[in-house]
Amino acid sequence: MTRKIVVGPFNRVEGDLEVHLEIGKAEKGERIQAAYANSPLFRGFEQILSGKHPLDALTFVPRICGICSVSQSAAAAQALAQAAGVTVPRNGQLCSAVSLAIENLADHLSHFYLFFMPDFAREEYAAHTWHADIRGRFQAIQGSATRDFLPARARLMESMGFLAGKWPHTGSVQPGGSSKPVSASERVRVYSLLRGFRNFVERNVFGDTLENFAALEHTEALKKWSANHSQSDFGRFLNVAQQLELFNVGRATDRFLSYGAYALPEGLHLPAGVWHEGAISALDVSSITEDVSHALMDGAVCLPPRQGVTQPLAEKEGAYTWCKAPRVGGQVAEAGALARQMVAGHPLVRDMVALHGGSVGARVVARILEVARMLPLMEQWVLAIVPDDVFCASFELPDDTEGVGLIEAARGSLGHWLVVREGQIARYQIIAPTTWNFSPRDQQGTPGALEQALVGIPVRDGERVPVMVQHVVRSFDPCMVCTVH
Amino acid sequence: MSLLCHDSSDLFGLLSGAGIEMAWHPSLSEQSNDDVQNMLLAMERGEQPLDILCVEGSLLRGPNGTGGFHRMAGSGRPMIEIVRGLANRAQYVIGVGTCAAYGGVTAGGMNPTDACGLQYDGATPGGLLGTAFRSSSGLPVINVAGCPTHPGWVVDTLMSIALGDVNEDSLDALGRPRFYADKLVHHGCTRNEFYEFKASAEKPSDQGCMMEHMGCKGTQAHADCNTRTWNGEGSCLRGGFPCVSCTEPGFEEPGHPFHETPKIAGIPIGLPSDMPKAWFVALGALSKSATPKRVRDNAVSYRTEVSPAIRKTGLKS
Repeated sequence: MTRKIVVGPFNRVEGDLEVHLEIGKAEKGERIQAAYANSPLFRGFEQILSGKHPLDALTFVPRICGICSVSQSAAAAQALAQAAGVTVPRNGQLCSAVSLAIENLADHLSHFYLFFMPDFAREEYAAHTWHADIRGRFQAIQGSATRDFLPARARLMESMGFLAGKWPHTGSVQPGGSSKPVSASERVRVYSLLRGFRNFVERNVFGDTLENFAALEHTEALKKWSANHSQSDFGRFLNVAQQLELFNVGRATDRFLSYGAYALPEGLHLPAGVWHEGAISALDVSSITEDVSHALMDGAVCLPPRQGVTQPLAEKEGAYTWCKAPRVGGQVAEAGALARQMVAGHPLVRDMVALHGGSVGARVVARILEVARMLPLMEQWVLAIVPDDVFCASFELPDDTEGVGLIEAARGSLGHWLVVREGQIARYQIIAPTTWNFSPRDQQGTPGALEQALVGIPVRDGERVPVMVQHVVRSFDPCMVCTVH
Repeated sequence: MSLLCHDSSDLFGLLSGAGIEMAWHPSLSEQSNDDVQNMLLAMERGEQPLDILCVEGSLLRGPNGTGGFHRMAGSGRPMIEIVRGLANRAQYVIGVGTCAAYGGVTAGGMNPTDACGLQYDGATPGGLLGTAFRSSSGLPVINVAGCPTHPGWVVDTLMSIALGDVNEDSLDALGRPRFYADKLVHHGCTRNEFYEFKASAEKPSDQGCMMEHMGCKGTQAHADCNTRTWNGEGSCLRGGFPCVSCTEPGFEEPGHPFHETPKIAGIPIGLPSDMPKAWFVALGALSKSATPKRVRDNAVSYRTEVSPAIRKTGLKS
């Protein structure tokens, strides 16, 4: 006997999410046997962009999202740059990379403090010895961590005032570089703001230097670090994660995708590729497709985004979401910080996955590891800006052209596919990180990453919905508004 | 998420100190699932009080008037139905952002989802709730328009409500709080010297005024972006990209590419608010002919090519 339940809304995910679960008897009590991820909102940005001036994309796409706005701008700017054949000058590359990195860092920590940790303050965990401490620190809205984190985050985002005019929805990220020249005094102020944020992270998140944390190379070292830093915010998480066995739950497909991140003068800072079963393969962009067999979409079942169509269809047999199912080489892939660091070959991340596969714990560690690794680099990138040098190149956009923008947002691989005909946008297709992670089934019936990650979760006594579902869903840091652009 | 950039030292402490308790925020609250469904139902039935309803995002009426493009997760009810139910109970209804106020970018192009605002459909009064709608306080929807909206606009509106300071007179003809909508984006623009001399930017990263060529609407757009500023000292204009007048109904479909100024016979169609065309043309021609070399050269560069002359400003001896 299986019973079916509907779960939603999920608070503290960006946007609307509903999950349908099939729960059945297993050897020891009940377990989740199947999951169906439903994005119950359709927005239509791809249709809205059709027929517009190609550069209008720079005004529309950041507005897809209030939290990963710069990443949408960066993908559009890259697609337009490719379509125009323009080379971005050094300063433009640095400004765009730092702006994107600031947003990614802010998102990683917003996820940790505001979206993920508050679940451990729930009444369900009242019997645990750690509960009172976690509740005082991380309870939604009222916990002391919110009070500490929000002003530190707001100060960090002041650097976006200098680098990009404002956040969110900047127009400074241009195909030719950055529209915002950074003067010598502004460069110092951005650097100082980053140093200030470093102080917050070292004091509160780690109780240790960024460099010490970034140097941890395997799970045993992380355990030892955790024992010595139990009163830091991340130490608190590691303690809870160990007790709730969060490193053994939430495994999805363990095929990890990265488009490669941060285009710098010396090349991509993090490499592109696909990791699966211990091997990295090169990213074959032409093997990326979107399948609409289970999406509320009309048209051919499976198309590459360059030929993609977005035609909503409210009533469709067997379809259950507005989200399409992206596949790489026909396979489900997971995107995000964990995937990025797996492809980049970070030893701690590789070790965690070797032990238990992708998991709730591994995803959270990978995100915080990125904070520790990125901030020192960002400080260097800001200092590498030369105020007296050019920031933006001029270009002519041909009337008939195409371009692809592939970048890494906080939540993973984001791609924009642009086709220009007669000076107008003829086709604009977007595949967002959460489109990968929260994809529905494809025509082979293969469930998406989250749908796989939820299977096997036990239902504890007295639970209608396992609280573990909340942790697994949020471990992906979903952005549903981008998913259903 | 713009709200999280608010510059107070303790945002939620500020609000709760003013008597504003967050009943539910989809991105921040602890409750999920049934707790949320039950609370919203209780509010719709009037069993639980709702003082302020803040709506973010356009109201999607499609497809075919069903509201099916946006359903509440968990219950499958169209969001427009839930918003109508809650709006009828709320003391105050706030449209947070241009989407909730007027439809916004989601209503762009062919408006595939039949998106509208709470009490406007673009510039046309009506929208989801209709022109006659008044919340229990007697006010129409308060439109904290902006794309994004400024965190300060949201918090100041909430604080003003808590202080009992919001009435018909404090809203402009489009329902926007006048404390920010009675200002122009042009006020406080750091490019003002370039504007005065019509020394214009020609490409992104130029320092000149963006009105003549680059589509900037700061002289017409209602908002205090350059006096309040964003993320510390920023704004669109300070970031080198044009004001698109995002607080205005229908800004998403201006009828021209955002980055180009539409002109007739070389004169921008959109003149500064309240300025007679003949005077603009005459003053523009005069100021262009009087432009100092410093201003002219710096306008089309990303850096200061010519520094201001050093002068003694006291009375000459």
